[in-house]
Amino acid sequence: MIATRDAYGKALLELGRQNPKIVALDADLSGSTKTAQFGKEFPERFFNAGIAEANMVGMAAGLAAGGMIPFASTFAVFAAGRAFEQIRQSLAYPRMNVKVVATHGGITVGEDGGSHQSIEDLAIMRSLPNMTVLCPADGPETAAAIRAAAAFEGPVYIRLGRGKVPVVFTEDCSFEIGRGVTLREGKDVTLIGTGLMTAMALQAAEELAGKGIDARVLHLGSIKPLDEELVLKAARETGAIVTAEEHSVIGGLGGAVCEALAEGCPTPVERIGMRDVFGQSGPAEKLLEYYGLTADKLVEAAERVLQRKIR
Amino acid sequence: MLSEQKVQELEQTARELRVDILKMLHRSQSGHTGGSLSAIDIMAVLFFHQMKHDATCPDWSERDRFVLSKGHAAPALYACLARAGYFPKEDLATLRQLGSHLQGHPDMRKTPGVEVCTGSLGQGLSQAVGLALANRVAGRRSRVFALLGDGELQEGQIWEAVMSAAHYQLSDLCIVVDCNGLQIDGFTADVMNVGPVAAKFAAFNLHVIEADGHDIDSLGQAFASAEVSDRPAVIVARTVKGKGVSIFENKAKYHGLAPSDEELQVSLQVLGAL
Ligand SMILES: Cc1ncc(C[n+]2csc(CCOP(=O)(O)OP(=O)(O)O)c2C)c(N)n1
Ligand SMILES: [Mg+2]
Repeated sequence: MIATRDAYGKALLELGRQNPKIVALDADLSGSTKTAQFGKEFPERFFNAGIAEANMVGMAAGLAAGGMIPFASTFAVFAAGRAFEQIRQSLAYPRMNVKVVATHGGITVGEDGGSHQSIEDLAIMRSLPNMTVLCPADGPETAAAIRAAAAFEGPVYIRLGRGKVPVVFTEDCSFEIGRGVTLREGKDVTLIGTGLMTAMALQAAEELAGKGIDARVLHLGSIKPLDEELVLKAARETGAIVTAEEHSVIGGLGGAVCEALAEGCPTPVERIGMRDVFGQSGPAEKLLEYYGLTADKLVEAAERVLQRKIR
Repeated sequence: MLSEQKVQELEQTARELRVDILKMLHRSQSGHTGGSLSAIDIMAVLFFHQMKHDATCPDWSERDRFVLSKGHAAPALYACLARAGYFPKEDLATLRQLGSHLQGHPDMRKTPGVEVCTGSLGQGLSQAVGLALANRVAGRRSRVFALLGDGELQEGQIWEAVMSAAHYQLSDLCIVVDCNGLQIDGFTADVMNVGPVAAKFAAFNLHVIEADGHDIDSLGQAFASAEVSDRPAVIVARTVKGKGVSIFENKAKYHGLAPSDEELQVSLQVLGAL
């Protein structure tokens, strides 16, 4: 178990050592977002904007225009929310080479409550032309995604979490923007996860196997561009889809998958996620349970979607 | 001026509120210690002396409004509201738990006495300006108080709100800045200097009052001066983050760290609650 934000802190530091163009920005949360380690080793390449997210994004845009590769971090609510229009106008519109690494995405923020739990950031960021949106599953994949983002020319939004999450990928895994990963083959139904829900999808597939249901598991760490080919193939071969995300069912993974299916291969879908509600205070584990973001609920959703499967 | 007796009474109230805050935070093992303790003397004077409000009638239209723009100091607000009688004091033990009406950050839809939702810094003052404008439109005799952090002044929206307060000549608006000199990543002067704070507000044409944020008498005088001002007022209150128990004082670490068992014991002793 490792928090994706911890993996980010390490990966950013590594990148900083390899490439003098890497700079980092934060908005008074560097201890939490883990950019502080970079700031300590490279104080001349670290800029704390203070509690001023909009200005941080603007400064990042300027640094990119000046040839740097800025990584700008704060909590997901404040990045995608507070600084939305700055991201739109100063990063996405001019295709600026800035990586917005937003930590504390989703409800596993926990006790801070609904005001701090971003359940809409993937949807908001995905709607912007030119924007790449990533949501890695675990520590190793986060490190690979950070490296991939640095190597990619253009704005990238990367959503990370607060708490420790199970490890799904190997240390030497690679990350390809726009590509999904098949984690388990299966022919009856396909479970598609992103972020920490991918580990639960694998768990659910195991439980389903016990019930004689052969579930395929896909991980889509790249929400945009979406690996439509992989999704459509799964739809054609299994005929039933369940999506799972620590995000609203509107506009994120579930939304993106449904859009792809509607145009390419209409297929019954069940979406696991926040059902158009804000979160609240509580321990992360209890919140996941309360809002139905568990392997058990994925199993139930798979059984429901199988009932609806067009045979 | 406050009578000596009233000063002593409020000092005792603030001490007891500190105990409530620390017990609440210790219980939840999550939440913001430093900024709750730096703000509590200011809030004690507001809730138990300055503001006109009635816990038995939270919707009373002529009540004064309080906006905790630095919403992470929610424990301080909850301690005041419980003491004033907006909800039972036992509820404080449920802070930040699943299903509690006491959310990590103030929620007007869940907690009686909370006027607006805050927690994302920089947004509370604009809402306070809106409340003051509503009072004017509706012809209500009600004042609005907004408590801000000094780090929070880094948000550009604060200055947009200050500009509008001055523009609309909201003389019934009183801003208080909890100038404890700290934010999460360290000293405000090191992270992103916001000073000189008083001169900035003066440049926006507010009536600026400086006060000792832990001196009841100084605060009482500041609020009295704000009350008779014909311009929006701002009290620049010098404070110490974590004030009241030396282990927490002036340390960035205790911004978002709840007291341990041992720290609570020490605190209760220092605050005379054992
Ligand atoms: C928009 C926004 N950005 C970041 C945060 C995270 N945060 C919570 S408290 C805090 C520091 C606040 O410092 P200050 O305003 O000085 O408050 P105090 O010292 O009184 O606690 C930060 C950055 C937030 N709540 N809202
Ligand atoms: Mg401060």
